[in-house]
Amino acid sequence: MEAILSVRNLTRVFSRKGKERFTAVKHVSFDLMPGECLGIIGESGSGKTTLINMITRLLDATEGQIILDGEEITNLSGKALRKVYASMQMVFQTPTESFDPRCRLGDGIGESLRNAGRSRADTKTEAARLLEECGLPAEFAERYPHQVSGGQCQRAAIARALAIRPKILICDEATSALDVTIQKEILELLNRLRREKGTDLSILFICHDIALVQQFCDRVLVMYHGEIVEEGTPDNVIRNPQNDYTKRLIDSIL
Amino acid sequence: MSEPTVRIQKVRRDTLKIRLIVFGTLAALLLIGSIFSEHLTPYDPYLQDLMNTKAPPSAEHPFGTDRYGRDMLSRVIVGSRTSIFSTLLLVTIITVTGTVVGVFCGWHGKWTDTLLMRISDMFLAFPGLVFALAVAGVLGGGLHNAIIALAAISWPKYARIARSQTLAQKETAWMKAVKLSGSGTGKIILKHILPNIIGPILVTSMLDIGTMMMELAGLSFLGLGAKPPTAEWGSMMSDTRSLLATAPWVTLAPGVAIFVSVMIFNLLGDTVRDWADPKMRGR
Ligand SMILES: Nc1ncnc2c1ncn2[C@@H]1O[C@H](COP(=O)(O)OP(=O)(O)OP(=O)(O)O)[C@@H](O)[C@H]1O
Ligand SMILES: [Mg+2]
Repeated sequence: MEAILSVRNLTRVFSRKGKERFTAVKHVSFDLMPGECLGIIGESGSGKTTLINMITRLLDATEGQIILDGEEITNLSGKALRKVYASMQMVFQTPTESFDPRCRLGDGIGESLRNAGRSRADTKTEAARLLEECGLPAEFAERYPHQVSGGQCQRAAIARALAIRPKILICDEATSALDVTIQKEILELLNRLRREKGTDLSILFICHDIALVQQFCDRVLVMYHGEIVEEGTPDNVIRNPQNDYTKRLIDSIL
Repeated sequence: MSEPTVRIQKVRRDTLKIRLIVFGTLAALLLIGSIFSEHLTPYDPYLQDLMNTKAPPSAEHPFGTDRYGRDMLSRVIVGSRTSIFSTLLLVTIITVTGTVVGVFCGWHGKWTDTLLMRISDMFLAFPGLVFALAVAGVLGGGLHNAIIALAAISWPKYARIARSQTLAQKETAWMKAVKLSGSGTGKIILKHILPNIIGPILVTSMLDIGTMMMELAGLSFLGLGAKPPTAEWGSMMSDTRSLLATAPWVTLAPGVAIFVSVMIFNLLGDTVRDWADPKMRGR
């Protein structure tokens, strides 16, 4: 099977004026298979967000390649780049802040559809359907982000990410800001979506919590200081950690 | 949220609404009055009556008459058109120019940002009056040139606000989400950035109406703005300042008009600022 997303040798160097250059992500390579759920764990500052910001091209890579569905997207810009987002969507850590405070949730959810040329009426029914699919009443389309709870907002954010029917869904600590019960609900929703979509949806699941990753992911990458230090199934990594950092990470929870 | 807080917020919101209505109506009346000012004057504001000069306020002439026997009330009313409209024109020009430049700088960044911001620094560092004098020296006096001079030194303030606000919006999480929706630059700026930054900008414009009215009147007072016999509040005060001791009403009438209008627009500006604060609105 062909990888849906391949990352090769991806590196990002931040150069701050007057300070030395800082390499946040160092020569990272991995493949994401269709239908796979790949977890990325690592401590705060290990470069997870920087890595996925490069993958979504919100941040330029210093070096390396990003290959989406056989096409290199590392240097795309403008219209060609916007087309890429039909295959790649993201759910953010802070649900409320991930919606424009002055736009209704429905408009946020429908924006990618409108940009893809769908009619207003069409978009509206689709947004309602997506909200219901994600466990919210369709009326939530009329609400503003500050009028819903964090968990509800995260459901709307998942609805927004699914609207354009992407092949890859990236969750950057999508549950970190939520309390445990809501976290569980969101994970159940993601699990259901995975079952329903099968190989049509691959998930890149960034997380601090190794227990969550064990429950949810097929495979896991451990990042430390910008590098991938360990890779394998969650069970293997937990039972049999090779790397010092991974050992410490696991010790700290068990 | 606990009950008392909710109640306090509600009361505040209600008085806010009343203030908005009252000051909005007053400002609207001022505007409408200035549009139809020619039809509202009890006398012809340019008609001289040399038999009745420097008459103190009376039933016939509530604001008295000036040294040519012209009715001061009529002159003040007619002066509102020039004073208020030139102010609004000026504020509109600086708001639009500043916002366009600021959003462009904030969004685009790089060398255009540096260049435009250095230019705006230059204008900010220039003493306004000196610049106005220089413009008047080059282009000649007159209301148009006074507006040009004030616009040239006033837009950078808006550019700075628009730029910093745009930069702040650019860094938000939702901006990433919007980009991932595949929206192009034009749509992002019109649909997402402008609605989010227009509040503070409009509040600044509202508060600036008063300031600009004073500055235009000030330039006219110095003879760099409207020229007699055009009735304009600043130049009316300037023309008649020698009468301050003998016929104070002639100087005071336009002064009071400036004071009242500046007051109304400032209060409206304050109210709009409170109203634009999302914490004060329906949650
Ligand atoms: N724009 C930037 N300029 C300079 N350094 C940056 C920038 N963005 C991130 N960094 C640095 O890169 C490193 C990795 O940051 P990143 O946000 O990717 O970590 P993370 O793994 O996502 O952490 P967290 O789990 O807290 O979200 C950090 O040390 C951070 O300080
Ligand atoms: Mg992060």
